[in-house]
Amino acid sequence: MKDDQPLEIQKKQYKQMVDGVRPRPALARNVFRAFVVGGLIALIGQFLINFYQGRGLPLTEAGAAASATLVFLAALLTGLGIYDEIARFAGAGSIVPITGFANSMVAPAMEYRGEGLVLGVGARLFTIAGPVLVFGIVTAWAAALLYYFFR
Amino acid sequence: MLFLKAFIVGGLFCVVAQLLMDLTSYKVTPAHVLVGFVTGGAVLSAVGLYQPLVNWAGAGATVPLTGFGHLLAQGAIGGVQQKGVLGAFSGGLAAASAGIAAAVVFGYLAALAFRPKG
Repeated sequence: MKDDQPLEIQKKQYKQMVDGVRPRPALARNVFRAFVVGGLIALIGQFLINFYQGRGLPLTEAGAAASATLVFLAALLTGLGIYDEIARFAGAGSIVPITGFANSMVAPAMEYRGEGLVLGVGARLFTIAGPVLVFGIVTAWAAALLYYFFR
Repeated sequence: MLFLKAFIVGGLFCVVAQLLMDLTSYKVTPAHVLVGFVTGGAVLSAVGLYQPLVNWAGAGATVPLTGFGHLLAQGAIGGVQQKGVLGAFSGGLAAASAGIAAAVVFGYLAALAFRPKG
């Protein structure tokens, strides 16, 4: 380090050195992975909807059947420990789809099974699903009331 | 073509969540993401913006949890149209019942059948 330089410049050099060594924020990589995995799960959902429609279900029922199928697959993959691997890779790509909702129910319920069927499995199924249902139901209810009074 | 739209829209919802988690200083956990997306989906649905997206992108709009909020909101609004105020209470869960029951049943069975790794 050159001692004859003013302290300000030394500070600047130091900042440049630190910035050079610090690991790049993985933002772009995270966003790309979330996009691809989230998109693929939606794509599987679309295949399922088309499949159930092909078997004669109307669109709404086909959508419900597709959701139930995705939830089943996510619960199975969570049980097998595979969903955690996907989540480590995909970040939000595995959280936002309905499969992430299923994963958020199964994972803590499995983890706390030792606390019993009621306070372990039963209660922990709703660690995250509980808040989701609370906010979803209250928002939907409020929207419906507004519609009722102001339509 | 619908498959491509589903892929892109489904992916973009996840990009929004990833940006929220990575760029905000507040600690955004998966629980916050899920709650935020259900609420956001219900609000977008109530103001009439979500159904057009469902029509355009299919599963791209229904598979992300915003679609779950949309289902709840449309169910509650449909309930109000059919049964008045009582429908605001019954309609939402009725519309989303298959998904919720599937999650509870499969979640419970999976938690019984498997042990956590490690």
